[in-house]
Amino acid sequence: MPVTKTEVLPIRSSDDVVRVRQSVRARAVEIGLGLVDQTKIITAASELARNTLDYGGGGEVRIDVLQEGSRKGVRLSFEDQGPGIADIAQALTDHYTTGGGLGLGLGGAKRLSNEFHIESTPGVGTRVTIARWK
Amino acid sequence: MAVEGTETLTETVKAEEASILAAWLSLLKASGSLQTGRIREAELDTQAHNVLGQLRDSLVTGAGEVGSDAYSSLCDTLGEISRSRAVQGFTPTDTANFVFSLKEPIYDALNRTCGNDPAAVTRATWAASHLLDELGLHTMEVFLASREEVIGRQGQEIAELSTPVVRLWDGILALPLIGTLDSARTGVMMENLLQAIVDEEAEIAIIDITGVPTVDTLVAQHLLKTIAAARLMGADCIISGIRPQIAQTMVHLGVELNVVSKATLADAFALALKRTGRTVVRKQQPSISSTAS
Amino acid sequence: MDRIPILKLGGVLIVTIQVDMHDRLALALEEDLTAKIAGTGARGVLIEISALEIVDSFIGRMLDNIAAISRVLDAETVVVGMRPAVAITLVELGLELRGIKTALNVERGMAMIRDRLAEDDDLESARARHED
Repeated sequence: MPVTKTEVLPIRSSDDVVRVRQSVRARAVEIGLGLVDQTKIITAASELARNTLDYGGGGEVRIDVLQEGSRKGVRLSFEDQGPGIADIAQALTDHYTTGGGLGLGLGGAKRLSNEFHIESTPGVGTRVTIARWK
Repeated sequence: MAVEGTETLTETVKAEEASILAAWLSLLKASGSLQTGRIREAELDTQAHNVLGQLRDSLVTGAGEVGSDAYSSLCDTLGEISRSRAVQGFTPTDTANFVFSLKEPIYDALNRTCGNDPAAVTRATWAASHLLDELGLHTMEVFLASREEVIGRQGQEIAELSTPVVRLWDGILALPLIGTLDSARTGVMMENLLQAIVDEEAEIAIIDITGVPTVDTLVAQHLLKTIAAARLMGADCIISGIRPQIAQTMVHLGVELNVVSKATLADAFALALKRTGRTVVRKQQPSISSTAS
Repeated sequence: MDRIPILKLGGVLIVTIQVDMHDRLALALEEDLTAKIAGTGARGVLIEISALEIVDSFIGRMLDNIAAISRVLDAETVVVGMRPAVAITLVELGLELRGIKTALNVERGMAMIRDRLAEDDDLESARARHED
């Protein structure tokens, strides 16, 4: 899949999370996503960035603008060298409860995206990739 | 790895390009591509000319398989032609024949150039057949993909048209749903409803499901999402039009809609009026007869 | 922006969130509101979020916390002005914020708080009369 633009941002502080949101918004607007779709991908990015920070011990995100034929998309890849997730299936079904449960927001991020991919090895790290297409 | 006979094919196409093009065009025109009026003669001429030229180029440079780089601009051109035909309403056969009708002129050209070497003709014919089949298939793939895109877009338009939001009264909206509720439609429905809530400053939204054939767990989830979203915008929802069978199905499935539901839109409207502090009063009938003495 | 300003209108505290909040700012808001509710004896808190383009689980949790804290301090919280795109996204995220009352705008939000407080006052007077 041809990548027409790429950017890597560090995620080491909560200010970085804000910067990730701003960058994702810029790309989403560039490819012409509708308002609801913009909101969805920026929110998913915020969730995953926080995960990277809070559970992954910090990491980085790679933001790619994709072009396939006439279709444009944005792909985000969050990576950390943290403790990893032992039971991915379980993590995906964890619904975020307003009671502030362990919800990793992964299920939510998946529902907000067109594509979702996760790789994680305990003790090594985690990579979560999401994409939204116009 | 080039198919056997490709060299001969390449030579022939180079040498006989003009006559192949002429024969091809007359076949295309004879088959009725122009009759339908969807494409003009000048356009067809240009398309055939470009495609044959690029085919010649690809054969000369690549002599490889259709998927390779040597063929990429030819594939792009065919893709463009195919896409525009899908949108213009050509049949799949017409579109595929654009490529396949090139076979006859090429075979004829091969016979003219290598007529004295039947084995070479056979090999080159095979190479041509193989090549044109691949190109024809590529054209079909693009055609189908484009058609699916059109269908998808039409589906979207139908979804938009079939989820109107109606203003019943000040601050009271109604959303009459007709047909099955899938996630795409729910998305459109939610956007329309929430925007209407903002525009009309609605306090109550009545979702009427009389026209929804079944309410299973999935449909219920979609309804629940819509209700939750409306709630976040400060509007309460009432569901109306729950048929007895639906009520039964819902209970058996353990589906719970955590809002008030009424059997008819009228009942729901009455409740909405009450909740927003209004009553409907019948005017006094005049009791004087018109023929009073 | 250092801290988000909190306005007082009668017995109601009003907060307008306009910036892309980072964690420190959100925590500061919680602290400031809690202090002010306790300090002024406010009975209502109105949080205006019409400028917020994104509400993620962190902000959602913050709103939940503020609502819970105010309840403990005998105040009613209403969140107003949520954008449609935000509401749709929150629901998709699975965050329904059920512990929070919502209204379309400031006017409705204030009316809601007034009504709720009037109800409470009625209950109180009924209880007082009963005990006489």
